Parts: sequence; C-alpha cells; structure tokens
Amino acid sequence: MIRLRVNGKPVSLPEGSVVAAAIALSGLDATRSSVRGEPRGPLCGMGICFECRATIDGQPHQRTCQIPVRQGMEVSTDAG
Amino acid sequence: MPANFEVVIVGAGPAGLAAASAAVERSRRVLLIDDNPAPGGQIWRGEGRQPPRGVETWLETQVLGPLRPGLLMADRAGVPAQISYEKLILATGARERFLPFPGWTLPSVMGAGGLQALVKGGLAIEGKRVVVAGTGPLLLAVAAYLAKRNARILLVAEQAPRQRVLRFTANLWRQPAKLAQAFSMGRYLALKYRTGLWPVSAHGNGKLEEILLSNSRRLACDYLSCGFGLVPNSELAALLGCRIATGEVLVDEFQRTTRERIWCAGEPTGIGGAELSIIEGRIAGYAATGDRHSATSLFTARMRASRFPREMDSAFSLRPELRRLVHPGTIICRCEDVRFSQLTSHTTWRAMKLHTRCGMGPCQGRVCGPAVEFLLGCAPEGARPPLYPATVSQLALDRQ
Repeated sequence: MIRLRVNGKPVSLPEGSVVAAAIALSGLDATRSSVRGEPRGPLCGMGICFECRATIDGQPHQRTCQIPVRQGMEVSTDAG
Repeated sequence: MPANFEVVIVGAGPAGLAAASAAVERSRRVLLIDDNPAPGGQIWRGEGRQPPRGVETWLETQVLGPLRPGLLMADRAGVPAQISYEKLILATGARERFLPFPGWTLPSVMGAGGLQALVKGGLAIEGKRVVVAGTGPLLLAVAAYLAKRNARILLVAEQAPRQRVLRFTANLWRQPAKLAQAFSMGRYLALKYRTGLWPVSAHGNGKLEEILLSNSRRLACDYLSCGFGLVPNSELAALLGCRIATGEVLVDEFQRTTRERIWCAGEPTGIGGAELSIIEGRIAGYAATGDRHSATSLFTARMRASRFPREMDSAFSLRPELRRLVHPGTIICRCEDVRFSQLTSHTTWRAMKLHTRCGMGPCQGRVCGPAVEFLLGCAPEGARPPLYPATVSQLALDRQ
C-alpha cells in the first residue's frame, strides 16, 4: 500500500492508483474551487479538463487523475 | 541538446503502439511518447500493454508544441525536453464530448470514460449508485466495467431513439465479434438499459445528489457518468500546420498528412474505434519507414474496418433536444466560469474568447470547444502553443 497525505489527512491505497482517487478516499468530493468559488471535481479522468488539479509536494496545478500515488506524497486542494 | 530519433510517435494507444511495432521493423531509432503514466491509451488503460521491443518509450511526457520543423518541445515528467525527428506520427487519440446541462459542473458528474478511468485508477466505486448516460456502445462498456467492480448501476440512458439502436444492433450480424461483445454486455445490463432517454439536469448541494431525466423522473445517485461520443484530439496536428477539416486531420491513403514528414493515424483522422486505429497505425508506421509494400497490403483491411464506425455515427447522432438543456446561467466554460448567456450574442469562437475568456483557461477549449460547437454552431479555429500550460522555464528552453 502507498501512504500519502491529503490536506494533512493520512490515506493509503494500492500502488498504481492515481492521486485523484486518494483525494476522493480522503472524503473530498471537490478537488478545487472554480473562478467563482464553485466546488469542482474530476470530469474527464484523462488529463484534458484540468478540473482535478491540486498541489502535489508543493507543485501547484498538477492533474491528479494522471499522476500515480507515491509514498509520502503531500497533496493539498484549494477547496479543502 | 535535443534527443534525436528517426521516427517519433505521439500517443501510445492502439494506433501509436501499432505504428511503433511497424516502424521498429525497419528503424532502430523509434521514440514513443505518451502523457499517461502507462501505455495503452484510454481504451487499454490499466491492462498492462507494453510497447514493442526496441522502441524507446517516454511516459508522462507531453508535447507542448513544435519549435521548428523537425523539432518538438516537450515536458518529460516535469523536466523540459527537446525532441528532434525525421518522421513524425501523430496518434493523439480522442477525448469524450461533454455536453453542458444545468448541474453538469457538480462534483461526481463525470465523463463516461472519465469515471471508468478513475475507477481503474483506484477510485472506490463499490456499492455506489451510478447512472451512465449519453450515447453509443461506450456506455454499455463502461456500465459493464463498473458493475463488475460492484457499483450499483441504476440506469444506462441512451439518448438515441430505440429504432436506431435496434437497426444498429441488427447490422452487427455482419460483424460476429462485435455482436458477441454487444450481447455479453447487453445481457448483463439489459434491464437497466433505456433508449430515447437523457439527463436534463443534475442537482445537489456541493456535490451530485439527484438527477432529473427527460421522462420527468427523478433519480437519486452518487455518480452520473456522461459521454456524448468522442472528439478527435487534433490540436497538435493543427499546430504543426496539418490541414484539418470538420475537426479531422486530413490524410492520404498512406496516412500522410498535408505536411511533409508527418503522418497521422487513429481517432484524429476520424473516430473509428480501436480496430481501425490499429490498422491505420500500422500503415503509418510502415509508410513512415519507407515500407510501402507492407502499408499497401493493409488497405483492404482498413476499408473493411471503417464500415462499423460509419454505421455507429449515424445510429448515435445527437438529438436536437440536447441543445435545449442549457439555461442562460448554465456554465459552458468550466475553466473561466463563462455562462451560456454571455456567449449567445457572439457569432464566432474568436469573439467569444476575446469578450468572455471562453476557452482561454488551462483546458484551452478542449471541453467547452466541442460543446460550443454543438450548442451554437461555431467551431474553435486552430490551436495555439503551448498545447498545455507550461512554465516559463520550459518555454525559455526555446532560446538556448
């Protein structure tokens, strides 16, 4: 199992999972807030729509549906 | 220093993998690029497909655009890279078409393939109530997959009228393999499958809770998985100057684009499915490496494989009622939160961009472009570099 933290909350999930799945597992439905402050979650699941973007290890705007979970990752969502 | 290759293939889905296996027969310097963490494209996601032996493969790599003829700028897992090629094969695949309706921006309203991809990526779906809606055989494939993962499929809503779907299924007799496929999925989900039905709006407080259907029925659910067909990813081809007509990259019988040294295979040349993509990929791979004989030997197979997508296209064309789901306040451009009422006074995509910022967010119109085209009839024109948001340091490589 891969252990990482989403907004400080520890979650663990199988290797090969993507960060978007970890965010959902942490109990969040939204991955970001839109320009007008609406909650948004993943839409396309394939790196096209950018709705699932979040900060990973300090790097902002990462598409969490495309990035595999790695041990010790720190993920933060602006909606969280 | 750019990395040098004889053949560079962009996209490691069915077409790209097939192109690579054909090209590697004659060339030792083949590079296969994909922005996903694994090869296989969307259709073979999570199936452990491997690139052919002898082909160098860069994953999590995104082409940002051309620097000059024969040279591409890319982002390789966060590191800027330049790639030089003698021949380029574009196998950039397709994406789902999303249609806006009130509530489509709520979390847990997703693409049909989108939800499937996330479940493949570890999203817990067991016991969740799922409605799959939209159009085409993909809906059944997605529903079957989710059901196997113990999702509770409440409904599969196909917008096409019943007669069309029946006629299409009858035509499948000519393609026994496809028929078997349709039936094994069909039996499983037959009771949940409805034709002539579509979602009208989605409701919930901060996330999806309930949907309203075109038959006035309300349905409480955890996920709405919505796909209204596929759109070719032709942005890179456009940026390279290849001619494109009605969203499809123009190619000759050898899959050659209108640009020197650039070939294109699979969905960007017209939505055709995996079987056709594989044949086109092989033709492009052979043609790009000068093996015209092997390329020509596949022409008949390509012709045969292109019949099925044509029939599918006409069976699952989108009904006009879907244009009338949006309200004035419905968001069309999700990146910039542009509402439908802001767009209706403009008549060109360019004017919409300039006046409302529609299509100017990070997705660069990949989601709202096809939606605007369907709703208002004006299509995005061309593409602009970089193809994906890039940092200044990545772009600064240009000047080295």
